[in-house]
Amino acid sequence: MNRIIAIAAIWVALVALPWWLPLIGGYTALGSKVLIYAIATMGLNVLLGFTGGLSFGQAAYFGLGAYGAGMTLKYLAPSTPLAILIGTLVGGAAATLLGPLVMRRRGIYFAMITIAIGQLFYFIMVRWNEVTGGEDGLAGFSRQDIHFGPWLYRLDETNFYYLVLLGFTVAVAVMWMVLQSPLGHTFVAIRENRRRIEFLGVRVERYIWAAFAIAGFITAFAGTLNALLFNFTSPQDLHWILSGNFVIMIVLGGMRSFFGPLIGVIIFVVAQDYLSSITGNWMTFIGMIFVLIVLLFPRGVLGILARRVEVR
Amino acid sequence: MTAATMERTGQDGRPPAGKTGPLLRMDNVSRHFGTLKAVDGVTFEMHAGELRAVIGPNGAGKTTFFNLISGLLPPTGGKVIFEGEDITGQTIVERVAKGIVRTFQITEVLPDLSVFENIRIGVETALRLNARPWISRRERAAINSRVFELIDIVNLDGKANRIVGELAHGDQRVVEVAVALSANPRLLLLDEPTAGMGDHETDHMVDLIRRLHRDQGMTILFIEHDMDIVFGIAQRITVLDQGRVLAEGEPDAISADPRVRAAYLGSLE
Repeated sequence: MNRIIAIAAIWVALVALPWWLPLIGGYTALGSKVLIYAIATMGLNVLLGFTGGLSFGQAAYFGLGAYGAGMTLKYLAPSTPLAILIGTLVGGAAATLLGPLVMRRRGIYFAMITIAIGQLFYFIMVRWNEVTGGEDGLAGFSRQDIHFGPWLYRLDETNFYYLVLLGFTVAVAVMWMVLQSPLGHTFVAIRENRRRIEFLGVRVERYIWAAFAIAGFITAFAGTLNALLFNFTSPQDLHWILSGNFVIMIVLGGMRSFFGPLIGVIIFVVAQDYLSSITGNWMTFIGMIFVLIVLLFPRGVLGILARRVEVR
Repeated sequence: MTAATMERTGQDGRPPAGKTGPLLRMDNVSRHFGTLKAVDGVTFEMHAGELRAVIGPNGAGKTTFFNLISGLLPPTGGKVIFEGEDITGQTIVERVAKGIVRTFQITEVLPDLSVFENIRIGVETALRLNARPWISRRERAAINSRVFELIDIVNLDGKANRIVGELAHGDQRVVEVAVALSANPRLLLLDEPTAGMGDHETDHMVDLIRRLHRDQGMTILFIEHDMDIVFGIAQRITVLDQGRVLAEGEPDAISADPRVRAAYLGSLE
């Protein structure tokens, strides 16, 4: 019950964000960015925190979603919903098709192959100049206002934020449903003791594949929104550094807790936004924050909280 | 009787061969690791409803023998036959679906999860729900009641919400048995169920094995080092030594067998 009240309070705060964030020196697009990264990292956390698959190449699917959305708007049709749909399908399908390559690997080998695949997509986007814009990134598209018959939803900064909040809410609801289902229980059991669950008759690899695909679709969805937020995407959105940042955000917030990544993203993105306006060496300070949090909260900021809920 | 166990008995409309013949037959089965003959030409039969112990000195091949039954290892020779069907080439997963379920010598639990959650994943797997990304209220209620039924069978009432990794060793082993039971076993394999337990915990486990056999009619094969337990509860005993069956029979016959005394029991006295 306390949990429901807490979630409702957070959601109300998110709905009211365009009013209160500027008062404390923020801006609405920063809120959009936080929610987009929260979708991406919570999606990745289905694989990382709940299934135990160490993916260090998740930016690939984020970037594919971003490029999918951008290229749809640029080359195909000026439709925001279509861009989101196509970008999500492209990134999600890539993860689904590559899953079989990944699902048999364990531990560090899982991490290595996910990085390798991620860098492959990075180089494709860099080299395929005439279509993707190469190193300079993909520009020359912009999100289009959405028409519902006679209705027009104008995607200014605030309205776009509400579109992102809607996407966040839907993604969170879907992930919550999955993690409360037998499929989600299977993911956690694989993380806890793969051999035990194998001996119950579960074909573990298929479920790692499923977790990889789900994480891919959700991260790609976040990627499409990210491209629409900036009306731009670049190979940096597929780079392993972003993949690493996703993992750092998750660890900061607590990988065992459902909302942990959201907290990690808030700390990371806000610190990045604030510090990078002061110093070019902002990454040093992010590093210090990371070390401090890992020392003080080995399970992430929400880790201790989640533990208490479990025991109760 | 629950829906899950009904399903299992519902599958019993098999050809009579499976009914009247042995439940499990190991036909001249071997497993060699290079020159080491861990299991060497073992022929073994077990009938439904039996409570049987496998004993033997260290290195006799007991755990390898279990691995051959459960499918963790393929044999290098011979056949494994379950209910009249040759399952030699079948995987662990296929054998679990047939009802061959085991526990391990080393405790295998989901340490960060509660007792309830450990057993729930077993129940959901037995119902083949693993791939379902949603669950209805009604299904959830049915699953939960089956979980509590199993918790009741193994006498862990009141510990449902405890984190398994924080339980006493004996209780962790009991959780393992409950998880194995959730798979509706037709043949339950217990690898040293009382290893590392205190007297009180051992009594609890022995009582559990006895009740499963008596009340649920479960077919149980167990490896055990404690001779008091073996001779106290097993109906029949199979003695392995250096990968071969040294002797087999009822407890009285085994304890009187001079070869067994020479190879094994004598060394303990």
